[in-house]
Amino acid sequence: MKIKRQAISLDDLDWKILQALQENAKQTYSETGRLLNVAHSTIYERLKKMEEHGIIKKYTTVVNFEKAGMKHITAVMTIITDPKESENVAEKLSEFNNVLEVYTSLSEELLIIAKVVAEDQSKLHSFIAHSVAPFPGVLRIRTSIITKKHKEEDFPVGPNINLSKEVDADK
Amino acid sequence: MVESASRILRKVLREEAFYFFSSIGNYIGEKAASLEEFSEKIKEVNSKSLEFHLNRGDFEKWVDEVLGDAGLAERIKELRNQKLVGNRLKDELYLTILERYNELKTDLLQSV
Repeated sequence: MKIKRQAISLDDLDWKILQALQENAKQTYSETGRLLNVAHSTIYERLKKMEEHGIIKKYTTVVNFEKAGMKHITAVMTIITDPKESENVAEKLSEFNNVLEVYTSLSEELLIIAKVVAEDQSKLHSFIAHSVAPFPGVLRIRTSIITKKHKEEDFPVGPNINLSKEVDADK
Repeated sequence: MVESASRILRKVLREEAFYFFSSIGNYIGEKAASLEEFSEKIKEVNSKSLEFHLNRGDFEKWVDEVLGDAGLAERIKELRNQKLVGNRLKDELYLTILERYNELKTDLLQSV
């Protein structure tokens, strides 16, 4: 049966389920139910509904690559493009497995920002020189190799999140 | 010899062109799809870009593997070993490529 991806409104329980799963997606329906004081069947039904409507895109695993022994470098490419070709460039970039995220941004010039991983600097350069620079419409590329990760989190779910909340400097 | 000159002087596909970078991953927006364009770009691009590519052996690799000119690749390799920098490097590289370009053009003209 084909499910229509119509927007649905989430109630308080839905948000709480999402928050619980964002903390730990491996927990069972029963564990989530116990945590929120509802039956596991309710959790199942709510999750099914949110999966069918595409609110939950997937359940995944966050791997610590260093501990897994996978040596790699991460870099952020900022690509300045001809505006007529930017969508094509973004689509083609998105097809590469080593390109993890692709965004477009309009500042003074039309930019594509992409996060890319490679085994080492030599392979990173080779990828950019042979696979990215030749795309029609690529005007310039600036690449920053990430040397230290200070924070990486998913967007926190919730109905009323205060994104402008500031840290009190006096504390 | 004429066939060889013609092949070396041809215009290559976009994906086979030489793309100029200033450092790892930083493309400066200049490319060359033939030996003629390559010599022109050598005059235009920043010496830092030339140093970056020469030290990595990128020029000789492209000239040999894409254009198919092992002789010119060898001459560029000799330049690399001289550890030239700045405008001196730019001038020597430009003259080396121009000299080879003129040789190949002469070969082609003499065959007509």
